[in-house]
Amino acid sequence: MPLWLELLIRVGGVLVAFLTLPLLVGQAEHKVMAHMQGRLGPMYAGAFHGWAQLVADGIKFVQKEDVTPRDADRPVFRLAPAVALVPYLLVLLVIPLGPGDLVGQPLDVGLFFVLAVVGVGVLAVLMSAWASANKYSLLGGLRGAAQLLGYELPLVLAAASVAMAAGTLSLSGIVEAWRPWWLLWQAPAMIIFFVAGLAEIRRPPFDMPVADSELVFGYMTEYTGLRFAFFLLAEYVGIVVIAALTTVLFLGGWHGPFADGQLGWLWTLLKVFAVAFVIIWLRVAYPRLREDQLQRLCWLVLVPASLAQLVLTAAVRVAL
Amino acid sequence: MSDRSERTPDDGAGDRGLPGSGLVKGLAVTLKTMTRRSTTQQYPDVAPELPPRSRGVIALLEENCTVCMLCARECPDWCIYIDSHKEEVAVPGAARPRQRNVLDRFDIDFSLCMYCGICVEVCPFDALYWSPEFEYAEYDIKDLLHDKDHLGQWMDTVPPPPAHDPNGEPAKEETSAARKAAVPAARPTTPAVRREPGTPGEAAT
Repeated sequence: MPLWLELLIRVGGVLVAFLTLPLLVGQAEHKVMAHMQGRLGPMYAGAFHGWAQLVADGIKFVQKEDVTPRDADRPVFRLAPAVALVPYLLVLLVIPLGPGDLVGQPLDVGLFFVLAVVGVGVLAVLMSAWASANKYSLLGGLRGAAQLLGYELPLVLAAASVAMAAGTLSLSGIVEAWRPWWLLWQAPAMIIFFVAGLAEIRRPPFDMPVADSELVFGYMTEYTGLRFAFFLLAEYVGIVVIAALTTVLFLGGWHGPFADGQLGWLWTLLKVFAVAFVIIWLRVAYPRLREDQLQRLCWLVLVPASLAQLVLTAAVRVAL
Repeated sequence: MSDRSERTPDDGAGDRGLPGSGLVKGLAVTLKTMTRRSTTQQYPDVAPELPPRSRGVIALLEENCTVCMLCARECPDWCIYIDSHKEEVAVPGAARPRQRNVLDRFDIDFSLCMYCGICVEVCPFDALYWSPEFEYAEYDIKDLLHDKDHLGQWMDTVPPPPAHDPNGEPAKEETSAARKAAVPAARPTTPAVRREPGTPGEAAT
């Protein structure tokens, strides 16, 4: 196979995953959240149980007027949604779906790359918040910056623990080195990574920067039309990315009950959707954390716990 | 802030046992709700199943109305409008022609009606009924004034009366009949006296 064709297939595959998985997760969120609240959720779009609701939403967003506020910093304001979206696309590129070559772009420093790129998200929050020239946006953006910078630390430390355990930074390498008993050994790191990941994508109960009951819609207040849709899409891709990273780092990626070689992609996808379900579930079950509770959880619980996990990981590695 | 956060874990441990049990309970509640059928009624597609005695609209059985005006007078917001005239009915063999009320107009203004049901309760001849029909919204508030023909059309939607609740109090008619049966000789004239003025009145309608 010529290089350009392989490149095209790989990039195309990642793009398809980027466009379909968030829609699946979004639709699942609509329906799961509705049924958890004793409702039905969307029932009309697409005739059968509202399966086309997000497609209809997308069409609606395209038709809306794209408003840029007069006082806004126009280029920054217009660039921010893209900055929010592109990092997650790049992350999907290096997440292994199955064993061997089933990955967009195998990268030896995959974990490092993923953490660095996810960290760009804070830039989009600050850009949109500052450029909107709106006090609610700015408040939301500052909350978002404090939250994202704070939770970056436990996220990186928890990921470092599993990287230390596997002895590699390559995501495929981590999955290959993974053993079922790691579920126990790395359980604290998994919980820390998952919680910090939730905060990184600003999902409820960590949606203080958005907090629609007090800040209108946080840093997204001034956005309309397609740019607003990009922010929403970024949120759903964020769910996919965090679920996929949790799967790859802590849940053994393509390891399944049988036929890892052939059905690895299926196990990975199943695990990703299971984690995404938990993310939606947490959103329905828990109220939003107050700003001080949010920071307290990060600095007084997650960071010490992740440091302790690092010590544990190191001890076990040396002992083995 | 610090004293509050110091207090919170103590309270949690003292009241609810294990720390974090509240979080698990929250997850359990949402998961349990998800497995149950949702309570949503898909109204425009599926007609709702309304309980008996639903107060949708007031239907009029015109033949039963004697224009006694009790409903119009008892109505708290005066939304019932009644016009009538008297007609003489000559009965052959009678000494004088009898008089009879004829209903000309019976309107209920549903923009004023507060669905208290007093008119239905007070009607001595069962001319008014509750119907569960509720889809009679109008674009103009004036169109909510419905005349006797329209009110009569709703008689078709009146459901049969629900069976008597076996645990409820017995009906008034039953208790009074039982009381009369228990003391037959005490006041034998009373029912006779009551029936006499009722009989010509019913004949007049």
